[in-house]
Amino acid sequence: MHKDIQIKRYLPEEHAEPFWQTFHVPYDDTTSILDALNYIKEELDPTVSFRWSCRMAICGSCGYMVNGIPKLGCKDFVRNYPSALHIEPLAHFTVERDLMVAMDEFLQHLEAVKPYLIAEQPEPTEPHKPHRQTPAQLAKYKQFANCINCGLCYAACPQFGLNPEFVGPGAIALAHRYNLDSRDHGKVERMPVLNTHNGVWSCTFVGFCSDVCPKGVDPAAAVNQGKVESAKSMLIQMFRGGA
Amino acid sequence: MQQFDVLVVGGGGAGLRAAIAAAETAPEGRIALLSKVYPMRSHTVAAEGGAAAVTRADDSFAAHFADTVAGGDWLAEQGVVDYFVKHAYQELVQMEHWGCPWSRQTNGDVQVRRFGGMKTERTWFAADKTGFHMLHTLFQTSLKYPNIQRFDEFFVVDLLVNDGEINGVLALEISTGELHAIQAKTVIMATGGAGRVFRFNTNGGIVTGDGMAMAYRHGVALRDMEFVQYHPTGLPGSGILITEASRGEGGVLVNKDGYRYLQDYGLGPETPLGKPENKYMELGPRDKLSQAFWQEQKKGRTGNYNGSDVVYLDLRHLGKDYLYERLPFICDLAKSYVNIDPVTQLIPIRPAVHYTMGGIETDALTETAISGLYAVGECASVGLHGANRLGSNSLTELLVFGRLAGEHAMRKAQSTDRQTDMGKNQEALRQWQQKLQTLMASKANGVTWVQLKRELVQAMEDGCGIYRTESGLQASLAKVRQLKQQYQQVQVGDTSRAYNTDLLQCLELEFCLDVAEAIVLASLERRESRGAHQRLDEGMTDRNDQDFLRHSQVFFQSQADATLTWQAVDTSLSTPGERAYGAQGQQSEAR
Repeated sequence: MHKDIQIKRYLPEEHAEPFWQTFHVPYDDTTSILDALNYIKEELDPTVSFRWSCRMAICGSCGYMVNGIPKLGCKDFVRNYPSALHIEPLAHFTVERDLMVAMDEFLQHLEAVKPYLIAEQPEPTEPHKPHRQTPAQLAKYKQFANCINCGLCYAACPQFGLNPEFVGPGAIALAHRYNLDSRDHGKVERMPVLNTHNGVWSCTFVGFCSDVCPKGVDPAAAVNQGKVESAKSMLIQMFRGGA
Repeated sequence: MQQFDVLVVGGGGAGLRAAIAAAETAPEGRIALLSKVYPMRSHTVAAEGGAAAVTRADDSFAAHFADTVAGGDWLAEQGVVDYFVKHAYQELVQMEHWGCPWSRQTNGDVQVRRFGGMKTERTWFAADKTGFHMLHTLFQTSLKYPNIQRFDEFFVVDLLVNDGEINGVLALEISTGELHAIQAKTVIMATGGAGRVFRFNTNGGIVTGDGMAMAYRHGVALRDMEFVQYHPTGLPGSGILITEASRGEGGVLVNKDGYRYLQDYGLGPETPLGKPENKYMELGPRDKLSQAFWQEQKKGRTGNYNGSDVVYLDLRHLGKDYLYERLPFICDLAKSYVNIDPVTQLIPIRPAVHYTMGGIETDALTETAISGLYAVGECASVGLHGANRLGSNSLTELLVFGRLAGEHAMRKAQSTDRQTDMGKNQEALRQWQQKLQTLMASKANGVTWVQLKRELVQAMEDGCGIYRTESGLQASLAKVRQLKQQYQQVQVGDTSRAYNTDLLQCLELEFCLDVAEAIVLASLERRESRGAHQRLDEGMTDRNDQDFLRHSQVFFQSQADATLTWQAVDTSLSTPGERAYGAQGQQSEAR
C-alpha cells in the first residue's frame, strides 16, 4: 500500500515562508508516522527535518500535528488515516525548521515551577534512610509524574496559543506532582508562580490538553486542582496581609 | 568561548548524576552539560526494570558481588564490583531523597523485585518505567544547581587533547550549525552505548557510540567490546524492549509448542507457574536466555510473527490488576506495537541487541588514559559487567560511578592550573570546519550515509550475533573496513547550516564505523566462549581461562587497521569458578 503524505516544510535558509510538500510513501499495518518520516528522509528527501529517538513513546521527542491534532509520531499509525494525511510542527511553538520547534520555551516554564523535591528544613537527621511513602501516598501524585515533556498539551492549549507566558499544562502538572508528594515541603515556593495570571488562572478549562496526552497524565485535572490550591493560598495570604 | 572546570558530554542518567556531583563538590565550580538532545530524551529514559542494591536483611554485599562476578563470567574487575555493591544502596536512597517515585510496600518501605541472575530480590523499581523516572528526577534535580550550565542540542564532534591532557571539546550547535571550541579543565564522557551499530536492537536512534569513538580516536583503548548483550525479550519488527521485570514478576517463556524450553539449557528444573525462583529458568541471565532462543530457532521450535522467528512471553496468569500495577508500560507497548493484550494473549518476542558491556577503558575512579578525561555509564568500561551484565546493575552504575566521576573531575579541575593551548584548539576547530565542508561538498562517486549504514548494521548482525564463527567474523571485519573506505566518498544531501540532521546522522555513522571495527576485531580475536561472546568454531566453544581470562583492548590507528592487546583481569577477591544456574548452580554453590 502507498499513501500520499503532506508535510509542512519550513526552510528559513531558502524560503521565507512555509510550504506544503507531498511524498508518496509505502506503508503497512505496522507503519508509524515516525516510520513514514524516516522513510521520507532516507529515501526521498534528506532535508526533511524532525526530532525522534526512542520510537516507543517514552522519550517525548517526536510530537507533531497530525491532521491538526497533536500526536507522538511513534505512537500514531499511517493506517489510522484512510484519507488525507498531513503533518505539521506542533502548534503554538516557534517553528525552527520543518517539524522542529523551539522546546526552550517549554523548558523555561518547567524551570519556573521548581519541579524538584524541596526538602524539609532543617533536613532530617538520618539522611541515609529512605522516607516512608505508602502506596496510597504514591498514588496521589504518580499519574502527574508520568509526564514525558513532549509538549503535546501546549500544542493543544488555546490559552498557551494566545499567551505564551502561560506556564501551561505540562509544567503545572509537574508542579502539582511535587506539591502532592508526601516527601515535599516546597508548595509555598511554587504557589506564587501558579497564583499569577500566567499561572493556573489562565486556564479556561477546555480540557483538550488531557485528551491529547499520550501518557494519561491528565494535566487539566492538575490545573484545576491547582486552582483550588491557589485560591486557598491566596486567601491565606490575604488574612496574613490583614493581620 | 567560556572555560569550564568540568564539562560533561551527555545528559542521560550518568551525565546528570556526574554534573550534580560536580556541582555539590564545588558550589563555585563551573560545570557545562552538553547533550545532542534535550536531556530528558536521553536513552536512560527507556530503561524499564529497575536498579539493584542490597536492601533486604537476608541479602549481603558478598551475595551481590558473587552474582555480578559470576554473571560476568569472571571478567569483571573485582575491586570495582566490590566498590559498586557497597555504594549502590546509598545512591538509590539519594534518588529517593530527590523524589524518585519508587514503588512501595504497604508499610511505605521501598519495594524490591526479582531480576535475572540475582540470588535475592534487590531490584528497586518505579513500576516498569524506572529509567524514565530516574532520568526525569535527575534532570529536574539538576535545575536546582545554578552552576550547571546546560548546552542542549550541542552535538560534540571531537575532544580537544594536548600532550595527553584534556582541554575541552569541539561541539556543533545544532540550531545554528556553528562549531564551537569549548574549553574545560576536565571532561566526563557520558554518551551511552552503541546498540545502533546493529540492525535489530532495543535502542533509541541516538545510541550511536559517539563518545566511545571520540575517546578511541585519541588513543584511549576500547575494552571488552566483543561483549554485546542481546536482551532476550524484544518485540519482533521494532526491537522495542519488553522488560526483564516481566519475568521477575513471574512471566514465563514458551516456544511454539507451549513448552518452557529454558529447562533444556541448564536453567531448570521447571519452576511452577506463578512461583518464580531466583536464578532458575526465566530468572537466568540474559546471555543464557538469548542463546537458548538461538538453539530453539535451530531446532525449528520457534513460532513466527510477521516473518520473524519468535518465542512467547506468557504473563496471563498474573492477572489484569497485578499487570496494570507492576507492568503498565509493557501492557501499553504490547497493545500499541504488536496489538496484543498481555492479560489474555501471549506476547511474541525475540532477542535484540541491547547493551555494550565494553567501552572506554577507565581506572576504578573512572579516569581514562588521557589526564582529566573521565568516562561513565554505558560508554565506559570501568570493569563492572565483565562478559555479561546482569539486568538492573546498569541503572545503579550510572549513579555510583556518575557521582564518583563528578566528584573526582571537579577536585582535579580545582587542583590543576592548566594553561590551555588556544592555538592548537583553534587549529582543531579549523580542521573540523574544513571536514564538515568536505562532507557536504558534491562528489563524483558520492554515496549517502543511508546506504552505508544499512550495510553496516546488516554486516554486524550477520557476523557478530549471538553465536559467532571465525569465517563470519572475518567477513564482517572485511565489510566494516570496506565501508570505512567508502565513507571517504560520503556526501551529505542537506547543505543547510541550521538543524542539519542529515549531517548529524552522517557523523554518527562515522562514530558507528569505528566502534564496529573494535567490536568485530575483539570478537574475532577472542577464540573462546564466555558470557555474551559465544563461538561455534572447534576448540572455542568453552571458556578458556588459560588463554583468555583477559580483557581485550582495541586501539585506533589512523589510516590503518585497528590493533588489539590483552590486559590482566582483577580476580583478587574471587577465584574463577564454574558459572551455573538452576539446579546445577544450586549444587555448585553448595560445594
